[in-house]
Amino acid sequence: MPSTFFIPDPEGQVPSAEGYFGAFGGKFIPEALVAAVDEVAVEYDKAKADPEFARELDDLLAHYTGRPSALTEVPRFAAEAGGARIFLKREDLNHTGSHKINNVLGQALLTKRMGKTRVIAETGAGQHGVATATACALFGLDCTIYMGEIDTRRQALNVARMRMLGAEVIAVKSGSRTLKDAINEAFRDWVANVDRTHYLFGTVAGPHPFPAMVRDFHRVIGVEARRQLLERAGRLPDAAIACVGGGSNAIGLFHAFIPDADVRLIGCEPAGHGIETGEHAATLSAGEPGILHGSRSYVLQDDEGQITEPYSISAGLDYPGIGPEHSYLKDSGRGEYRAVTDDAAMRALRLLSRTEGIIPAIESAHALAGALEVGRELGPDGLILVNLSGRGDKDMDTAARYFGLYDTDAEVAADEAGTAEIEGDAK
Amino acid sequence: MSGNVRLLDDTLAAAKAEGRSALIAYLPAGFPTVDGGIEAVKAALEGGADVVEVGLPHSDPVLDGPVIQTADDIALRGGVRIADVLRTVREAHAATGKPILVMTYWNPVDRYGVERFTAELAEAGGAGCILPDLPVQESGPWREHAEKHGLATVFVVAPSSRDERLAEITAAGSGFVYAASLMGVTGTRESVGAQAEDLVRRTRATTGIPVCVGLGVSNPAQAAEVARFADGVIVGSAFVKRMLDAPDDAAGVEAVRALAGDLAKGVRGRA
Repeated sequence: MPSTFFIPDPEGQVPSAEGYFGAFGGKFIPEALVAAVDEVAVEYDKAKADPEFARELDDLLAHYTGRPSALTEVPRFAAEAGGARIFLKREDLNHTGSHKINNVLGQALLTKRMGKTRVIAETGAGQHGVATATACALFGLDCTIYMGEIDTRRQALNVARMRMLGAEVIAVKSGSRTLKDAINEAFRDWVANVDRTHYLFGTVAGPHPFPAMVRDFHRVIGVEARRQLLERAGRLPDAAIACVGGGSNAIGLFHAFIPDADVRLIGCEPAGHGIETGEHAATLSAGEPGILHGSRSYVLQDDEGQITEPYSISAGLDYPGIGPEHSYLKDSGRGEYRAVTDDAAMRALRLLSRTEGIIPAIESAHALAGALEVGRELGPDGLILVNLSGRGDKDMDTAARYFGLYDTDAEVAADEAGTAEIEGDAK
Repeated sequence: MSGNVRLLDDTLAAAKAEGRSALIAYLPAGFPTVDGGIEAVKAALEGGADVVEVGLPHSDPVLDGPVIQTADDIALRGGVRIADVLRTVREAHAATGKPILVMTYWNPVDRYGVERFTAELAEAGGAGCILPDLPVQESGPWREHAEKHGLATVFVVAPSSRDERLAEITAAGSGFVYAASLMGVTGTRESVGAQAEDLVRRTRATTGIPVCVGLGVSNPAQAAEVARFADGVIVGSAFVKRMLDAPDDAAGVEAVRALAGDLAKGVRGRA
């Protein structure tokens, strides 16, 4: 019986055996990690061919995660988008509150198959960290999460969640103290502890096989949404829209639609304060090809290959790289990427909250802002599918400060609790 | 103008002929300043190092521990450029006549342009390059240009490298093989990994080029221990730490010179 929720790419066209999507991808890693990364590739290939792996993962995705996730039409929100119909793929309703759990459960099963007892992971907004800590609790694995120091403050709720789940959370103080530096530190840990440790990488970047494997675990998003939308709207969407940081929720949504040439695939990158200000994390819009974290892809860098510090109000999108398959989709023209500012994302976050009673993650709000733009471009006959990749609970402190939702006393109290620097990060 | 790969080969062969290991020091360019970094490299060579690896600082040094991260950070905030790294190589080589390599990550070289980088490194008198995040499978374009310009390609091997992989790596490399003494990032350690000797033995079984050991070696006793079984001893973080701990830049340079002298005794078995 074919599996229901674990639906790896049936084409097998990309990447190449060396992990290349066109000119992007590959495996730029230190020798000390070559054996471990090769082991992941071999074990993943074995798992893919093993019906027992698919059965176990399907069971978890159905009864633990709660798949399939809902598809919700949002007419009151869409009224602001030129009358186009908008449907949200509700990955925010998964257990732990985002799409990240799809990949984490797959790799956690793989960790068990490899006989490893410890998992490390990086996290930006904390959603991947929470999902990883959750899976480690479920499977009885030791868990260490690396998180940039700035992100531990702006996503303090998720730090508490990870610790409640039994994970060790390490605040990374090097570099820009955000996601990129958390990944650097996780790689350093992995090199030193590779014998018993799996690096449960959280996005579709990194060395081969991570971009393809993580994509496969998220592919269910688009497969489900495509079927659900055909049932509900009777046709395919004009556009499938998702936010892109590293790009995992976007590739998960896009992948099933790649053969549907009439479906535009639109990724929304964080423009921060505006690309022209230099304070952004819009890698595909403003970057150049280079090597970061184990693969060749677009990268935000200077003329001598130093990685530049990104900025976004969203901790989950605050990353100067992007998965190589997105670089491939961009250069081949199959994918379109546009940049969405902090302000546009925050307006969309408030609009969805007030018109539909759904508070999205700030990450996902970038996709919603993109949908408002695309809806106006398409007009009233438009049909748009948006991946609502995560829920906004974790972002309430940032949002409350942005919109001034705290009573003064509460704001002072929060400042005294050591979160005073959030203001500077968020505005 | 051709690079100094032959000088590197001859230097390592001369150490072997003396019945000792070579001492290879690592120092980042631009740290604490470009001129101060040049003085430190010269001091290491004058103090007793046979070869120096000049670090080209990178914003994301994933294989480096906190000591070299700190130095890279100081160098980058000071505005170090690739031209400064090349000047460091040129002046240190001109002053001492000894072989100088560059050690860095792949992205700065890729971005600068492999042809341009190899040509300019050779022209500066460089002997080769160590690119620890460029695995042999991805190294074809680099090696083509490095060979054309007379530069060594030093690959890193690790305790986790299997024998068949060691053979593949050493067949592609030149100059020497950098054997990582343990699984981990750069930094000083109490003891050198017990895996180092086994790795050197397994590596030697695949190649005739010298095998030098790095990672964690910080003092003359450790250098002497490694010198028993390796063709060279590579020391980095211990030099950088001396400079970070020094009260001023001049004292830092003298501390480098003194450590090089002590380590030079170590590699001669006189620690």
